[in-house]
Amino acid sequence: MAATEKRPVTEAGPFNGLLTWIDQRFPLMESWRSHLSEYHAPKNFNFWYYFGSLALFVLVLQIVTGIFLTMNYKPDAAQAFASVEYIMREVPAGWWIRYLHSTGASFFFICVYLHMFRGLLYGSYRKPRELVWIFGMLIFLCLMAEAFFGYLLPWGQMSYWGAQVIVNLFGAIPLIGPDLAIWIRGDYVVSDATLNRFFAFHVIAVPLALLALVGAHILALHEVGSNNPDGCEIKKATDPHTGIPLDSVPFHPYYTVKDTFGVTVFLIVFSIVVFFVPEGGGYFLEANNFIAADPLKTPLHIAPVWYFTPYYSILRATTDEFVLWVLTPGVIAFAGLIIWSVKNTVLRAAVAAVAIVLLVGFFTLDAKVWGVVLMGVSVMIFFLLPWLDRCPVKSIRYKGPITKAAIAVFVVAFFVLGYLGTLAVTSGRTVAAQVGTAVYFMFFFLMPWWSKMDKCKPEPHRVTGK
Amino acid sequence: MRALVLLLALAAPVAFAAEESVRLDAAPIDPRDVASLQAGARTFVNYCLNCHSAGMMRYHKLTEIGLTEQQIKDNLLFTAEKVGELMNVALTRKDAKDWLGTVPPDLSVIARARGPDWLYTYLRSFYRDRESATGWNNMVYERVAMPHVLWMLSGQQVQVERRFKNMEQAEAIGRQQKNAWKIDTLTPEQAGKGGEQFVLKTIRTEVPGSLSQLEYDLVVRDLVNFMTWMSEPNQLERKRSGYVVLLVLLVLLVFAYLLYKEFWKDVH
Repeated sequence: MAATEKRPVTEAGPFNGLLTWIDQRFPLMESWRSHLSEYHAPKNFNFWYYFGSLALFVLVLQIVTGIFLTMNYKPDAAQAFASVEYIMREVPAGWWIRYLHSTGASFFFICVYLHMFRGLLYGSYRKPRELVWIFGMLIFLCLMAEAFFGYLLPWGQMSYWGAQVIVNLFGAIPLIGPDLAIWIRGDYVVSDATLNRFFAFHVIAVPLALLALVGAHILALHEVGSNNPDGCEIKKATDPHTGIPLDSVPFHPYYTVKDTFGVTVFLIVFSIVVFFVPEGGGYFLEANNFIAADPLKTPLHIAPVWYFTPYYSILRATTDEFVLWVLTPGVIAFAGLIIWSVKNTVLRAAVAAVAIVLLVGFFTLDAKVWGVVLMGVSVMIFFLLPWLDRCPVKSIRYKGPITKAAIAVFVVAFFVLGYLGTLAVTSGRTVAAQVGTAVYFMFFFLMPWWSKMDKCKPEPHRVTGK
Repeated sequence: MRALVLLLALAAPVAFAAEESVRLDAAPIDPRDVASLQAGARTFVNYCLNCHSAGMMRYHKLTEIGLTEQQIKDNLLFTAEKVGELMNVALTRKDAKDWLGTVPPDLSVIARARGPDWLYTYLRSFYRDRESATGWNNMVYERVAMPHVLWMLSGQQVQVERRFKNMEQAEAIGRQQKNAWKIDTLTPEQAGKGGEQFVLKTIRTEVPGSLSQLEYDLVVRDLVNFMTWMSEPNQLERKRSGYVVLLVLLVLLVFAYLLYKEFWKDVH
């Protein structure tokens, strides 16, 4: 399009000339309108809808504070620990930047977990938003990688041994495992080589992927439009003249001012932690991590940071007994359930084949391998949510008692697993973690059945209340 | 496979079923008490900073607890030439290994790793033990490699055991102790006929030192206060700026809320 064909910008006062010049060379006004001033968001967003913009805010915060930390941090096994203390003591406001970053890591997960829980409550992953959900899950995976790589950098005992344990998980993969673990570390143990490559991943590789995925997440969202607490599609009731959904408001200024309020509340809570309890009771900064990494001294109790503990609990819960008495009958029953439910012969045969392979595996491979597999599945299973949920309605408001009970039980299991993951193992706690693990997986694997059985109320045509 | 064994070993519970850890005394510290911090600094450079370094701490930082550069130079600068230097020691890692069997840990952030209560209890819990290499043992840290450096102040303690038939009684006596105490539980076979299963372990001063127990507790209090301050010298500034930041945010909150309500008043 020739520069002169686009109509001039008229609504920007003294900047009309400049904006017109830019707009004729770059889709400035079009982008502004389609993503902000004319992106029509449902007007009934509630509390849970703050956490998407808050997660974005924390992402920016982490990148900005991270840039400043990089200016003084030394990715060198001999200097890393002391360089963090140098930042804490001698760099002007260094302690503040560092605490913003370390607290930001935990709050990133708090925001993302609540954001995902919102999706679970209101069925935000359902058609046509499957790709929004999948991009979101990829963001979650990147975030886990980012947190894991970043946690090694302070080079404390927990950094070191946490990385050692997690990288060793890859060593559990049959055949290629041990070589894979060496390839990841770049050494036979976590060492300077590992620290350097984790630094590279943490400061450039993963953040680039994160930013690209966040872009894709928002583009996909703006293509299909936001869901809302009622789960009905606002595009079904539009103004006959303008085509704008009746139950919508333009994102800017309505949600920009609302989210500004949300960010302010967030900053107050966040600042209380940063300035008054930066260790977060040992959950955000662990006491053991104030001891420099020592490859010769294994701490008695190694626990990952709180946001990984539910999956870590699942890993530890997978004992030989669990494989024999829970996984084995579980796979047989689940395969039977699918074969009984579907009519397709090919699918039935495929399910039977997979079940047989798994059962053979249960009796030939070490329980630890299955622990690693279960831990992986416990994260990856979220990808399948859009297809597991078979309820006719999206929102919890119109779903029946089975869904409500299932979500409640799942949340309890998630918290129990998370709590147990921070503690040392005892036989009683292992049993509790095994119950939690069983509940966790039943929530997902049985969802196609229980979500279909549930008695749902009809979804309204228009959004209700506020 | 070795990695897996290691992983299992890491996750395994520690098998001290019957032995419980010492109840830690709360350290009565106050990072705003400058006199106490200065007294602690004196004890620290005189007693600790010979084997232990505090290599992330600069002498100059001591100006923040009310000392002048001249005072630091005259009274505290034993291991360095200039106040701009770090609190390092001459002891090399190799010599430390040869002489002491282990490298004494750097103490810059030890208070954040162990916690002030642990340090306060630990430094008051040494006792004479003929079986250990240094002749000392510790209630909090069994078979610790460090000898009791402050013994001339505290005197020499010995461990005392008393047996009880029930836990409540043992705990009641334990709570009356001025020093660290713990209760080990024996199996019925170990306890023998009397059935006194609960062993209250505590320490008693046998040879008095140059200080009374109360005075010694104060010396340790000041030392732990200093070490806790040193583990995060900016902690007071952090809290002070926290109040300012919260005040600004609360003002912003009012305006953000009013703006939000103003824009949304027409949305029904």
